[in-house]
Amino acid sequence: MIKCGVITFPGSNCDEDMIYVMKEVFQCQVEKIWHKDQTLERYNPGDIIFIPGGFSYGDYLRCGAIARFSNIMDPVKKFADRGGIVIGICNGFQILCEAGLLPGQLLVNDSQKFICRNIYLKPYSTETPLTFDLNTEKAYMIPIAHADGRYYCDDSTLKDLIDNKQIMFQYCNSEGIVNSESNVNGSVLNIAGICNKTKNVCGMMPHPERASESELGNSDGKYLFISLLSWIKEHHFVLA
Amino acid sequence: MNIFQTKFHDKTNSAIPTIFATFQVKLMQNPGIETAKKLGLLESEYQKICDILGREPNFTELSIYSVMWSEHCSYKNSIIYLKKLPRKGSRLLVEAGEENAGLVDIGDELACAFKIESHNHPSAIEPYQGAATGVGGIHRDIFTMGARPIAALNSLRFGNPDLAHTKKLIKGVVKGIGNYGNSFGVPTVAGEVYFNDCYNQNILVNAMSVGIVKKNETVSAKADGPGNPVFIVGSATGKDGIHGATFASADLSENSAEDLPAVQVGDPFQEKLLLEASLEAIATGQIIGMQDMGAAGITCSTSEMSAKSGTGMKIWLDKVPTRQNNMKPFEILLSESQERMLIVCQKGGEESLLKIFDKWDLECVQIGEVTSDGRLKYYLGEELVADVPAETLVLGGGAPVYEREYARPAYLDKIADFSPSIVSSPDDLVELARMMISLPNIASKVWVYEQYDKMVRTGTMTSVKTSDAAIVRVKGTEKALSLTVDCNSAYVYVDPHVGGMIAVAEAARNITCSGGTPVAITNCLNFGNPYNKEVYYQFVHALKGMGEACEKFDTPVTGGNVSFYNQSQIGDKTEPVYPTPTIGMLGIIDDKNHITTIDFKNENDLIFLIGDQNNHIGYCEYLHHYHGIIHAPAPHFNLEDEFRMQNAVRSLIQKGLISSAHDVSEGGVFVSLMESAMSSTLGFEIDIPLSFKPDIFLFAESQGRVICSLKPENKTETELLLRSQKVEFYHLGSVKGSEAIIDRVHYGKISDFSSLYASALSLKLEN
Amino acid sequence: MPTYLAKINIMPHKELLDPQGKTVAKNMGNLHIEGVQDVRIGKHIEMNIQAEDMNVAESIVDQSCKKLLANLITETFSFTVEQV
Repeated sequence: MIKCGVITFPGSNCDEDMIYVMKEVFQCQVEKIWHKDQTLERYNPGDIIFIPGGFSYGDYLRCGAIARFSNIMDPVKKFADRGGIVIGICNGFQILCEAGLLPGQLLVNDSQKFICRNIYLKPYSTETPLTFDLNTEKAYMIPIAHADGRYYCDDSTLKDLIDNKQIMFQYCNSEGIVNSESNVNGSVLNIAGICNKTKNVCGMMPHPERASESELGNSDGKYLFISLLSWIKEHHFVLA
Repeated sequence: MNIFQTKFHDKTNSAIPTIFATFQVKLMQNPGIETAKKLGLLESEYQKICDILGREPNFTELSIYSVMWSEHCSYKNSIIYLKKLPRKGSRLLVEAGEENAGLVDIGDELACAFKIESHNHPSAIEPYQGAATGVGGIHRDIFTMGARPIAALNSLRFGNPDLAHTKKLIKGVVKGIGNYGNSFGVPTVAGEVYFNDCYNQNILVNAMSVGIVKKNETVSAKADGPGNPVFIVGSATGKDGIHGATFASADLSENSAEDLPAVQVGDPFQEKLLLEASLEAIATGQIIGMQDMGAAGITCSTSEMSAKSGTGMKIWLDKVPTRQNNMKPFEILLSESQERMLIVCQKGGEESLLKIFDKWDLECVQIGEVTSDGRLKYYLGEELVADVPAETLVLGGGAPVYEREYARPAYLDKIADFSPSIVSSPDDLVELARMMISLPNIASKVWVYEQYDKMVRTGTMTSVKTSDAAIVRVKGTEKALSLTVDCNSAYVYVDPHVGGMIAVAEAARNITCSGGTPVAITNCLNFGNPYNKEVYYQFVHALKGMGEACEKFDTPVTGGNVSFYNQSQIGDKTEPVYPTPTIGMLGIIDDKNHITTIDFKNENDLIFLIGDQNNHIGYCEYLHHYHGIIHAPAPHFNLEDEFRMQNAVRSLIQKGLISSAHDVSEGGVFVSLMESAMSSTLGFEIDIPLSFKPDIFLFAESQGRVICSLKPENKTETELLLRSQKVEFYHLGSVKGSEAIIDRVHYGKISDFSSLYASALSLKLEN
Repeated sequence: MPTYLAKINIMPHKELLDPQGKTVAKNMGNLHIEGVQDVRIGKHIEMNIQAEDMNVAESIVDQSCKKLLANLITETFSFTVEQV
């Protein structure tokens, strides 16, 4: 059985949502991890560590800037080095960028406002854990809720992201068209989520865990987690 | 300038030996009646304090009484009428006013704690921090009862949106609510935003929090057991917000912006830690009582908790962690620094308490202990700086109670003179329709609510499809809560009694249309100066109307707050805001299959208008903004008819007969139809029944009506049910195409109306 | 007309809580940076101004601060102006 760990930083507020979805919708074994913990040695490469959304340390200074120095971040790096899968959603994505586990940075939205809205995502590359099973011709409706989600990186990093197929999602409209109107926060190339070169550390601004139950009126997010689970089935022997 | 600092007699100059001061409150600092008046106390109140103490109070004691007996803490000018509201019901677990918030049994061994509170004056001065701390305060009221907040709502009133001042205020308030709530991690699921010139200077910011707790795990705000330790937890105490309680009860003048210390800064991050730590601490079973520190800080929490248990407390003010050096006793006592709480725990439980707060990096310091003599004794080191009986400070104890005089407002004569015959028929209904959909009070508030996280905690079931009330599921049960805030203050202005009833009825109608059953309310009573007889008339009559409607819908009042002195200075005249008794209503949906949304579902579904239809025209957005008429009677309203109509709609929903339901409110039938259409992109084709004047039929705001759509095969059964329950209805037409067609006139594409509706407000605010 | 460079500092009012500064100060320890006691976080703004003379330039900066750049209820400001 796949084991999931969800890290709680002071100020995390989507940790319970992530636990709920992985437990109730996907029947995974889920454990809550406190940010002061010193080790993740009990986790194997086929397991998943989630860094959930929220406002770790109040998002003071820069989003994720203080959380990256928490005790747990060193074990997270080691787990990633062992090939373990690390998924950062929203604030989790910001923390992974601050910690240098993912390239680039998340800047304040071009509207200068917090935006909570259902937007559409188009999978860019299917060679990543969260997009493995997705249809690149389809627009997936997933909510965003952030003030600092404008993905930025320099040109050479962007070229690497493209060449290595590290871009997971782009913001698009309901027809799946990626253009400036559908670029909700002004991200470079409409980027909504990326992974690292070795494809085991992923970060995205939208919240699939908020869109994984039909009861909530939207279950497109479910497909991302289904992808993730089948990616692990497919790859974790290799990585281990 | 802070008058209190200059008045204070510095204790370091004291010539009294410490040994003497230990046993007796120093009398040399008695500031006398003049200072009492400056602190907002009446001469009779000062005399009462002297009688209670058997001597004159010193400055610290005087400050204590002045805040505790301010309107904000004591409800002295409103309590007589608040007590007349229906406050009992089989589902209520505590009586109104008994705890920090109302507590309602929702079944499954769970209870719902909910409350609404105002933060009007702080928001008028510093909109961002004022609104943010308003949100923080109301959430603390909920989680100090042991409940985890699962939803937030708010009701906002601003002045003319064309004014630069209004734009600045709304931007600040929305950002403040958003940043605090989003960071704290509780979804803002619903709210209302109104614009009216009467709020130009004095905006209203009412925030509501809703939480869930296991029935047997609630915590009370009490201080039982002499000898038990008293802790302060959370933020350090600073000089911010001192005398905020008094400030909230004083008239708002143009100089208010200079009252710097009245501003408090919110820290949602600290509050999030406080929430998690408090709930963990409660789970240890060691907590006897807990109270949030809001208005009047340590003073209010220590006195209310002690008075509740008939105990007293010894508090060492020098043990309170402070942000600034050399804070005076009254500053420590009255500081309204945010994100602090007072906890009384079981003696011996200190260790486990400290461990939890340490885990969450929060300060938790013992500052005193519970005593048996009923007195609050505040020390600075060895020195007793204030000594007052707890009971004499609080509502229901020694706090004064007044019945104010009232007189029928003169403007009501103008309303009585209104004749519908002066309302000319508009030339172009299509143009009028486009204007109506763009009015600030009708147009989409998407600019506002997009800045709020509506979905965190994955409980919100109405973030994709809209319902008349917000629906939040209760995880682990088959239930959902249906939540709404409502008040059309213009109706209350033109007819306080009927307007008060409508506020409750409309809230209930929203709950009903969402598929729920109304259960209880919390209210936030925003009025002008209670010493103004006309304002007090509005207060008394609005409450009477509210009470009658609450009785009818069996929705008792569980608590809330009163905010007086909401008024603006216009030249040398003081104009009160419209009487605004905001209703926050809780409804329960026992079966999530009954959830009903406003959007049209299927082409060819029939459109029914359910409820009493007539040619009456009263105050409405159409009269106000098209004809420029403000002084018109309240819209048609009949409590019995409304009640029957709502019961019928609920039956239709529960029998699965209708596909959508949307109440008729601001903007009338046309706006309701359009909103159902815009939420779905499906159009409609209707005919206005022959006996009605088109402009009145489309845009008047008669109450007690709902627009429903239903499948043709459900028509007969629907009609039978409505007839058997003696509820009027009209089959207006059907859901069709992608246009609005009324009496064969093409009003335009739904998508065009959608763009108008979505952009009208943001265009105004961003330019 | 000469050009002036204004350097403006906007700080949270010293009597008020600065949650951001407090949180940063508290967590310096995690970086093994010891000795940091109090942190207050504000904004630094630079503006180029064209004006007849230094006095006019200063008054423009003063007005900008009072009207827009600083929220005088919760913040204080200070600035320097130099000719460039």
